[in-house]
Amino acid sequence: MSKSKSEYLINRHDNQYEVVIGLEVHAQVTSVSKLFSTSATKFGAEPNTQVSLVDAAFPGMLPVINEYCVKQAIKTGIGLKAKINKRSVFDRKNYFYADLPQGYQISQFKDPIVGEGKVILDMPDGQKEVGIERLHLEQDAGKSIHDLDPKNTFVDLNRSGVALMEIVSKPDLRSPDEVNAYIKKLRSIMRYLGTCDGNMQEGSLRADVNVSVRKKGSKEFGTRCEIKNVNSIKFMQMAIEYEANRQVDLIEDGQTIDQETRLFDTKKNETRSMRSKEDAHDYRYFPDPDLLPLEVSDDFIENLKSEIPELPDEKKKRFIEKFKLSPYEANILVSDIETSNYFENVIKKSDVKLATNWIIGELFAALNEKNLEITESPISAGNLSKLINLIKDGTISGKIAKTVFEQMMEGDKDPQKIVEEKGLKQESDPKALEALIDKVIDDNRDKATEYKSGKVKLFGFFVGQVMKVSGGKANPQLVNEILKKKL
Amino acid sequence: MSDITKQSLSELVENIKGKKLSSSEVTKAFVERSEKSKELNAYITEDYANALNKAKKFDEKPNLDLKLPGIPMAVKDLFCTKDLRTTAGSKILNNFVPTYESTVTQNIWNEGAILMGKLNCDEFAMGSSNETSFFGNVQNPIDKNLVPGGSSGGSSSAVAAQLTPITIGTDTGGSIRQPASFTGTVGLKPTYGSCSRYGIVAFASSLDQAGPMAQNVKDCALLQEVISTYDEKDSTSIDFKRNEYSKKLTKDIKGKKIGIPKEYRVDGMPKEIEDLWKKGIEYAKDCGAEIIDISLPHTNYALPTYYIVAPAEASSNLARYDGVKYGFRAEGENLIDMYEKTRSEGFGAEVQRRIMIGTYVLSSGYYDAYYLKAQKVRKLIKNDFDEAYKKVDVILTPSTPSSAFKIGEKTNDPVSMYLNDIFTVPVNLAGLPGISIPAGHDAKGYPLGLQIIGKAFDEQNILNIAYAMEEKINFKNNITDWWIK
Repeated sequence: MSKSKSEYLINRHDNQYEVVIGLEVHAQVTSVSKLFSTSATKFGAEPNTQVSLVDAAFPGMLPVINEYCVKQAIKTGIGLKAKINKRSVFDRKNYFYADLPQGYQISQFKDPIVGEGKVILDMPDGQKEVGIERLHLEQDAGKSIHDLDPKNTFVDLNRSGVALMEIVSKPDLRSPDEVNAYIKKLRSIMRYLGTCDGNMQEGSLRADVNVSVRKKGSKEFGTRCEIKNVNSIKFMQMAIEYEANRQVDLIEDGQTIDQETRLFDTKKNETRSMRSKEDAHDYRYFPDPDLLPLEVSDDFIENLKSEIPELPDEKKKRFIEKFKLSPYEANILVSDIETSNYFENVIKKSDVKLATNWIIGELFAALNEKNLEITESPISAGNLSKLINLIKDGTISGKIAKTVFEQMMEGDKDPQKIVEEKGLKQESDPKALEALIDKVIDDNRDKATEYKSGKVKLFGFFVGQVMKVSGGKANPQLVNEILKKKL
Repeated sequence: MSDITKQSLSELVENIKGKKLSSSEVTKAFVERSEKSKELNAYITEDYANALNKAKKFDEKPNLDLKLPGIPMAVKDLFCTKDLRTTAGSKILNNFVPTYESTVTQNIWNEGAILMGKLNCDEFAMGSSNETSFFGNVQNPIDKNLVPGGSSGGSSSAVAAQLTPITIGTDTGGSIRQPASFTGTVGLKPTYGSCSRYGIVAFASSLDQAGPMAQNVKDCALLQEVISTYDEKDSTSIDFKRNEYSKKLTKDIKGKKIGIPKEYRVDGMPKEIEDLWKKGIEYAKDCGAEIIDISLPHTNYALPTYYIVAPAEASSNLARYDGVKYGFRAEGENLIDMYEKTRSEGFGAEVQRRIMIGTYVLSSGYYDAYYLKAQKVRKLIKNDFDEAYKKVDVILTPSTPSSAFKIGEKTNDPVSMYLNDIFTVPVNLAGLPGISIPAGHDAKGYPLGLQIIGKAFDEQNILNIAYAMEEKINFKNNITDWWIK
C-alpha cells in the first residue's frame, strides 16, 4: 500500500512527525428496546418517559439481555470481517455518577462478543486497511443537564440502558483524512447492515480519539492522549490536528507528554486536560453476576450470516465488474446504502453510463443545493430512469434533459409528460431538419461562402444557429450530419 | 383460639380447606399474637389491617383449590412488596415503597396467602445475628438474651414464636439455615436458580437465594413448591422440572447414601456439636440410610473465599443506593459530598465494612490476588462436591459450630461472627440446596441444627431425608412465651 503524496506529517525545525490515531467508536444499536430492558429507545422523547425500573436501578431489578441487540452486534462483527466470539461475558464497570443509576455500567471487558476484524479505506492514493481490535456491547448512561437551573442538575434517564457497540480500532490511522474515511466507512457498513443509523447529530455515533505522535520512521509509539466523546467528523479532525501539534510542540520543547484524558472545546478549537492517568478511575471490572456468560451457537451465527446484505466493498467490486464503472464512480455510488439502492433502481430499466453521470453529476449537485439526502430526493429513481431513456432514445437532447430535470426537481413529475406538455420533444425528422438547415444556410449566405473557402471553424456557428432556431429541440447528431452534407 | 397459632401450616391449610377455620379466624389469631409480641422486634413493618381485610375478602369468596388458601404470612423485609415499605433493614431504604412485587412473594399471593407484614433482618442481609438491622436487634423466643441468628433473624424468630405460620428468608451464606438452627425451626436454602431473585434486594447476586422457613419439614416442602418457579426476569433462573415437593415427600429413605465430610470436624468445635452430629448419623442409620465417609478437601478455604466474593458483589450491588433516585438522601455541598454523606449516614457499620472489603478486592492490583483467586477456589469447592456426589446422595453436617449466642457477644468481633457461617457457606459457593432441621439441644437447652446438603436441583431428596430424620429426632422446641405479658 503506497502512501507518498498524501502522507500527513507535522514539520518542526528539521523534524518530521507522524501522527498515530486509534478510535473507540460508540455506535448506538438500532433497536426498538434497550440492551437489558424493554423500554423504548426513541430519540427526542420527553425526559424520563422511556425508563423502566431496571433502567432506573430500583432495588431487586435484574437485567435480561435483548437478543435482538446481540444479533445486531454479531451482524456488525460480520460486516467488519471480524471473529465472532461464541462465548462472551458481561462485566460491570463501576463508577459513581448521577446519570448512572446502577452505579455501574454493564459492558464487556475481557471477553467481547466480537474480536479482530478490518475495514478497508479508499484513499486518493490507494486502499488502506485499518485493523479492528474488538467490538463489545455495553449500556449507555443517562444524561445530566446542568444548564436548566443555577443550583441543580437534572437527570434524564431515557438513554440509560440503551445498547451501544464500542468499536475499537487498532492504532492504524495516520491522518485526519483517514479518520474521516474510516468513520464514513464504518458508518456506511453499519447503515448497510441496519445495525446503527450513524446519526451523529442525535449522538448515535460518537468517538473517543486516541492521538500520539512520533518522529517519522520511528517504530515506537509515543505517549497517547485520549480525547473523549467527540461527536462530529469535523471536530475529530480539528481535535486531532490541535492535539498532534500540541504534542509535537511539547516534544520540540524538550518536554514529555502525560498520558491523560482530554476534552475538545469546540468553541475554542483546542483540547484541554480532563484528568491525568493518576486520577483515572479504577473501574473495578468484574463479571456481572446477574448475567450468565453469553453463548451463541454456530447455527445462530450462520443464520445471521445469511441475513447479511451485499456490503459496500463487495458492491463496489460488482459495480466495477458488471457495470464497468470507474473505481471513483463506484466508490461514490456505494458510499451509502440509499445511494446505491437509488442507483440500482435507476439502472433497472436504463443505461448505466448515463445513469451514473446523471446521479453523480446533476442529481447530487441539485440535492446538495437544496441540502437534501438522497432519500428525500424530489426525483424518484423511476422518473430519473425515464428521463435517461428519453435521452438515450433521442427523444430529447442532453441540454433539453437538463431543463426537464430542473422541472422534475420542483416536484416528482413524469419527464415524458413534461416533454409533451412543453413540446420539448427533440426534432429528429431528417426532412424537417433539412428544411430548418436550408433556411439557416440561406439566411447566412456570406458565412456559408467563407466556410466553403476553408473557414471550417464556422461549422459550430451553423450548429448553434440551427439549435437556436429549433428552440434547442433539434437532434444535435442529425444536425451535424445534415449540415456537413449541405455545406 | 390460642390453638390456631400452634398449628402447623399443613394443619391450617387442612382446616381452612375443610372449612373448620376461616382465613379471618386464622389471620386474626396470628395478628393478635404478633401484636402481643412486639418485644421480640420481629417486624419492621406491620400490615395487619390490610391483612384482616384481605382475609375477609378471601372468606367471602374462598378459593379452596389454592395451596395456601387464606394463610396469613409475614415475609423477610428483603422482598419487595408492592405498595408496602421495603427497607432491607437499612436506613437508606427507610422510606422506600416499591411499585412492584418480587416473583417469590407474587407466587405466594397467587396461591392464596395474605401478607401480614415485613420481618426484621440484618441490614442488606449482612450479618449472622440480626444485630446490624437499622430497626434494632431481634430477640430469640428461646431466650430473651439470645440472638435469633441472621440475616433472616426476624423470620426465624417469627416462625419459632408462631407469629406467622411460615415465612420466607434469603440465604447468601447461611442466612436461612443458621437462624433456623438457632431457633429450633426448619430452613431450606434451595439450589441457586431455583427461586427467582427478581424483586429481592440484592446482597451478593451469585449467592443469594430465597427459601422457606417453617415449623416442620412438610410445611417447608409445601412452601418450596410454591415459591420455586422458572422466571424469565431473572437471567440466572434455571428452567428445570420442579416437583410438587410436599406431595412426593416420603420417609422411606432406605438405602440412601449419606456422606460425612471429615473436614467439617473443625478445630475448637464444641463437643456437643460433635455429639449432635454423631446422633444425627445414628438417626440416619435408623432410617435405613447408609453412612459413607467423604472428603471435601477445600472446605477450609470456603469462608475466606466467601468473604471475598460476597463483599465484592455487594460493593457493586449497593452502589445504586446513592441518594439520587429513591431512599434516604443527606444534603451535600455538591454531588460527591451528597454521595459521601448519604452513604455514610444511610449505611450501618457492617455494610460499610463489606463495601470497603469488596471495593478493595476488586481494585486494580488486588483483583487477581483476591477476587480472581477466590473465583478459582470457588470452582475447586464446587468440584469437591461434584466428586463427593459420585459416591453419596446427600451430605450430613452440623448447621452451625455453636448454638445461639448472646446479644452483643460478637458485635465487636466480626471475624468470630463470620465463623458462624463456616458450615453453611460452602453450600452457597457451590450453588447447592441445603436444609437445616432442629436435632437437639445443648447443655443450656438451646436448639442445635443439622444440615443436609443435596445435589443441585435435588431438593426432594434432602426434604425426604429431613422428613424421615425429623420423625426419629422428635424435636420439641422449648418456648415459654416469656415476652407475652
